[in-house]
Amino acid sequence: MSAEPPRRVARVTVTAPPTRRRRRTTITSEIDAQTQVGEVYVRSLVRAQLRLALVVCGVLAVTVGLLPVVFVVAPALGDIHLLGVTLQWLVLGAGCYPVLIALAAWYVRRAERNERAFVRLLDTRRDPGGRP
Amino acid sequence: MSTRALATVVAVVLVVALTLGAGALSLRRARTPSEYYVASRAVSPATNAAAVSGEYLSAASFLGIAGLVLSRGATSLWYPVGWTAGYLLLLLFVAAPLRRSRAYTLPDFAELRLGTTAARGAASTMVVVVALLYLVPQFREAGLTLRILTGAPTWVGAVVVAAVVLVNVTVGGMRSITLAQALQYWLKLAALCLPLAFLLVHRTGGGGVVLERLRDPRWLEPVHGGQGLYVTYSLVVALFLGTMGLPHVAVRFYTNRDGRAARRTTVVVLALLSVFYVLPPVYGVLARAYLPDTPVPGTGAADAAILTLPGHVVGSTLGDVLVAVLAAGAFAAFLSTSSGLVLSIAGVVGQDVIGRRLPAVPAFQVAGVLVAAGALALTLLTGGLAVAQAVELAFAVAASTLCPLLLLGIWWRGLTSPGAVAGMVVGGVLSTAAVLTVTTGAVPHGGLGVVVAQPALLTVPAAFATMVVVSRLTRGAPPAHVARIMVRLHTPESVALDREGFRARGAED
Repeated sequence: MSAEPPRRVARVTVTAPPTRRRRRTTITSEIDAQTQVGEVYVRSLVRAQLRLALVVCGVLAVTVGLLPVVFVVAPALGDIHLLGVTLQWLVLGAGCYPVLIALAAWYVRRAERNERAFVRLLDTRRDPGGRP
Repeated sequence: MSTRALATVVAVVLVVALTLGAGALSLRRARTPSEYYVASRAVSPATNAAAVSGEYLSAASFLGIAGLVLSRGATSLWYPVGWTAGYLLLLLFVAAPLRRSRAYTLPDFAELRLGTTAARGAASTMVVVVALLYLVPQFREAGLTLRILTGAPTWVGAVVVAAVVLVNVTVGGMRSITLAQALQYWLKLAALCLPLAFLLVHRTGGGGVVLERLRDPRWLEPVHGGQGLYVTYSLVVALFLGTMGLPHVAVRFYTNRDGRAARRTTVVVLALLSVFYVLPPVYGVLARAYLPDTPVPGTGAADAAILTLPGHVVGSTLGDVLVAVLAAGAFAAFLSTSSGLVLSIAGVVGQDVIGRRLPAVPAFQVAGVLVAAGALALTLLTGGLAVAQAVELAFAVAASTLCPLLLLGIWWRGLTSPGAVAGMVVGGVLSTAAVLTVTTGAVPHGGLGVVVAQPALLTVPAAFATMVVVSRLTRGAPPAHVARIMVRLHTPESVALDREGFRARGAED
């Protein structure tokens, strides 16, 4: 795939035979074999994604979700007019939508970041040298 | 025939031709089961997002919101907000995992996650119930539209929509529908924008404006005091949570390339819906100011009144043409939503009921015919409710049954098959009973009546609680396949992991 010229690698004598354990340490194989270690990795990804979703959900609840209470508690908002429209109509008719789109865009960025971190984690450990 | 009737007929014929043409164009007929059910999953996010929006914006969005704003005022503004926010929740909890599950339909998902035919059966039943509750108002509104504008009997519009949907679904399946629906989003948007531009220009001409109607404090209030808070929150819960449980929305996610594309599609959908949903309330306000009399709240009359608005304000032939443009948009809404719904029920009926006796594609076609005919019969037999409210009841049922199945199934390893079935039965029976009471007009007075008319705030927690409690009671050793399914639902496709174990019926990828 890459266009790099082949590097010259000095031939070295292998001084110790590969241990049997080394093949077992890739995380993908741990996950596939459903070992406890593999479980930990999958659970951590699921938890991170769930936490993120709940945070965004919480922001939705305290912004759009609290509006009915705000409207009941502060009916005086109906007296405020912007461009000839009451504040309540403006918020419900148009103001909510940018909030929803912004939350969605933010969530997607963070969710993809979580997934990239998970993939990186698997990649670094898959390297037989064990060093990133 | 009047100019308006003629213009309307021409507009409807053009929309029908466009829908069938787009269907015919996009295929070399779909041949394989996976093309029928999910367009072989080869649709780009931009097209898919327009298709999702086109399918989602139904008669309730196009005419219903404007009609409710006209008759009820600010309390109706929660509908478009809820229908959009529903997509945000779908994005947060469902979009990517559902795509990664590699199931065709919600019953497929139930069987994959819970491993029993009982869970599959419960999900199938709820898909059919929700989709029929959603489909019948679309057919009815089509009949109403044609009757108001051309004087044709009510059944004509319903039969036209049913016939077109049937041709498109049985000949092309999902493949032909995707392109047609992407087009229909833009058609609907244009059909709202164009008459609105003329209305706003003519508004300055004045004459016959009833501004007092716009100053009615009760009409201006977004939440009525007392029971209003319960009613509003119950509506919000139904709309926010119902979207993810709609079968025709869920099936759309399988046409994304992968989980990441499913998420990105959803963000574009949110933007497209937001642009659209700003417009219908403006129609409602203008109709309130310009129409000679305000229709009775809670009936289809207000929905129909919106259609005639350009005729009142602009007048003459131009007014009639603008009415026809609105009618074209309305028919695009009836056709696209109905197609998606018939497709999703046909997918379920085709797989579960007929699929055992026939090969996949004929089973799908036979199921499509049965579903459309059944919905048509129901439409002609039942009475009318305002379309936005009728559709909202379908959301309440979806939020009380398929939403908890998805949320708990995706995020909680502890969900068991008996738990899921019990929760769907409890949520389904309670919410469906409430919906039937409302549609038959037998709503009692007082507090109970308020709860029955807007049941989601009680039925949704009841369904969740039942699922959790029964799952706890029936908990055994965690089955090995649940761990594997969590891997499949949540890990990105780029990682080479073992995701085997389940194939959708008739799948060939």
